Amino acid sequence: MAWTTVKRPVTSVDRLKSLTGQTAIYAILTLGALWALFPFAWMVLTSLKGYTEAYAVETFLPTRWLFSNYIDAWNTVGHFPRYFANTLFIALCTVAGVLTTSTLAAYAFARMDFPGRDALFMVLLATMMIPFEVTLIPNFILVRNLKWVDNYAALIIPWIASAFSIFLLRQFFKSIPQELFDAAVIDGCSHLRFLLTIVVPLSRPALITSGLFTFLASWNSLMWAILVTNKPEMRPIQVGMAAFIGEAGTQVQLLLAAVTISVIPVVLLYLVLQRWFIEGIATVGIRG
Amino acid sequence: MPQSATTARIAARMDVLPRAPTRRRIQWSGYLYILPAFVIIATFHFIPVFYAIYISLHKGAINKFVFTGFDHYLRALGGEEFWNALITTFMYAGLTMPFTIALGLFFAYLLYQPFVKARGLFRAIFFLPYVVSTVGSSIIWAWIFDPRSGLANWLLRAFGLQPLRWLIEPSGIGELLAKNMGWTIPTWASGPSLALVAISIFSIWQAMGYDIVIFLAGLTNIPSELYEAARIDGASGWTLFRHITVPLLAPTTFFVVVISVIGSLQSFNHIFTMNHAAAQSLGGPLGSTSTLTVYMFDQLYTHANYGYATAIAILLSLIILAFTLFNFRFLGRRVQY
Repeated sequence: MAWTTVKRPVTSVDRLKSLTGQTAIYAILTLGALWALFPFAWMVLTSLKGYTEAYAVETFLPTRWLFSNYIDAWNTVGHFPRYFANTLFIALCTVAGVLTTSTLAAYAFARMDFPGRDALFMVLLATMMIPFEVTLIPNFILVRNLKWVDNYAALIIPWIASAFSIFLLRQFFKSIPQELFDAAVIDGCSHLRFLLTIVVPLSRPALITSGLFTFLASWNSLMWAILVTNKPEMRPIQVGMAAFIGEAGTQVQLLLAAVTISVIPVVLLYLVLQRWFIEGIATVGIRG
Repeated sequence: MPQSATTARIAARMDVLPRAPTRRRIQWSGYLYILPAFVIIATFHFIPVFYAIYISLHKGAINKFVFTGFDHYLRALGGEEFWNALITTFMYAGLTMPFTIALGLFFAYLLYQPFVKARGLFRAIFFLPYVVSTVGSSIIWAWIFDPRSGLANWLLRAFGLQPLRWLIEPSGIGELLAKNMGWTIPTWASGPSLALVAISIFSIWQAMGYDIVIFLAGLTNIPSELYEAARIDGASGWTLFRHITVPLLAPTTFFVVVISVIGSLQSFNHIFTMNHAAAQSLGGPLGSTSTLTVYMFDQLYTHANYGYATAIAILLSLIILAFTLFNFRFLGRRVQY
């Protein structure tokens, strides 16, 4: 205690100065937070209003809180339960696929020695630079010829491998000490067993980050899904909502209730795994 | 415990085994491990590039392509539409990027102040718009910009201003301003349409959190000794920011600029959704929000011009590739402080 006060004594003027400065900074940060949040608040408020009230902007809060809008949205916005289930199924399959293929490939690139390994890795890195737009039309034609239009395969199979995930996992796998591996080999452990029993449990952060970004990309994807789904019941949620906007007699309070429902899984995931989201972005800087 | 047992066993064997010259042991099973990923990536992300080049040189319906040489490229580069889309794309980038970067840096710097508590909470809130699906948040913003019942016009009316037509307004903001003032201005000065500005406001809202996170990571990497040394020399506040933070953040800023330009070139989801929500055709009103990717998709989806759309996609990719390589080279050399 005593030795910290050796510095120049803090006067009450100093304290006031820094206090006003700090209050100002908190005030500005709070304004920024409100700017980020107000559209969501407006979404929820509108989603709870009646039809006429929703279009009369003068009332901010609903006079009657119509939670039944959510049931109506679930039942009337296109095939909403189906969209929801489709998207969840597609996203989970994609994540499982990406994690499996990427873990295997990343392990081989990090820990195994075979001819052409580094050249193949460079090819892989090069594919990361190819913008999605170039492969869009060839893939659409391929998927059409495979008769995968209106089939989950079109929405899952092309996305179950990711050069980015392989890259991310390889970096992580390389940081696992070689001694662990040597010890395992001497004990007669095979590569696959070593991978499954030691590498995978140790790599949880990298696996979560890569799974998370895959889930998000899948849940939010739009352009590809528009191309490969025609039947309404095959649509993922984003396409379903986008299509519903254009339909006649769309009621905004129901539409926004549907949006709220569609946003909930992602927000929940974000709240639980927030650290991985933000640190993942901060370290690799990818942008969707 | 098990770990030390293993170590002991290794040590024991090290002594017994002759230290043979380590020979390279080829593990052929490595190919098996990379096979699943490579089959998918080759089929859907690598070979299609060559097929794309093929398609771009052909016209006609799927599976009935007829060779047409470089016609599509000539049509794109020789016509107005492609260039207009490119100009729209860069206007859009110019409307969004300076604001997201300024706001991102501003809030990141505030959050970076050592006394700020709840930094994690603020960061999480700022980042939320970036996480939520673009279709969902675009629907919300299209509702905010609704000419009749939207919050945006309610705000304008509250300040005694004329309500605007936002997403359905094809006139340039310069033109609108001039009309309001009673001036007449040449057409080239009319600027980006109000619809594009509205879409840009959405983008600023959405991308701000991303820039904050990236800048915050950049700020944490600046060694605190530099600030301490400068403080001892009597620097404070703005001087510290101007002469230490800004130059040392240059690589981060450069990265954000390149990523933002690429993002603008690829922007699609929010434009598609907001056009749709405002009952406009894709890239509307009057093509004023038709960025390059939107134009490409319109040619593909609305007009079924597969060859031409692919040619645009390839041109778009070349532009993106140029920015990516520029980014690599520049970052490889490191920015000079």
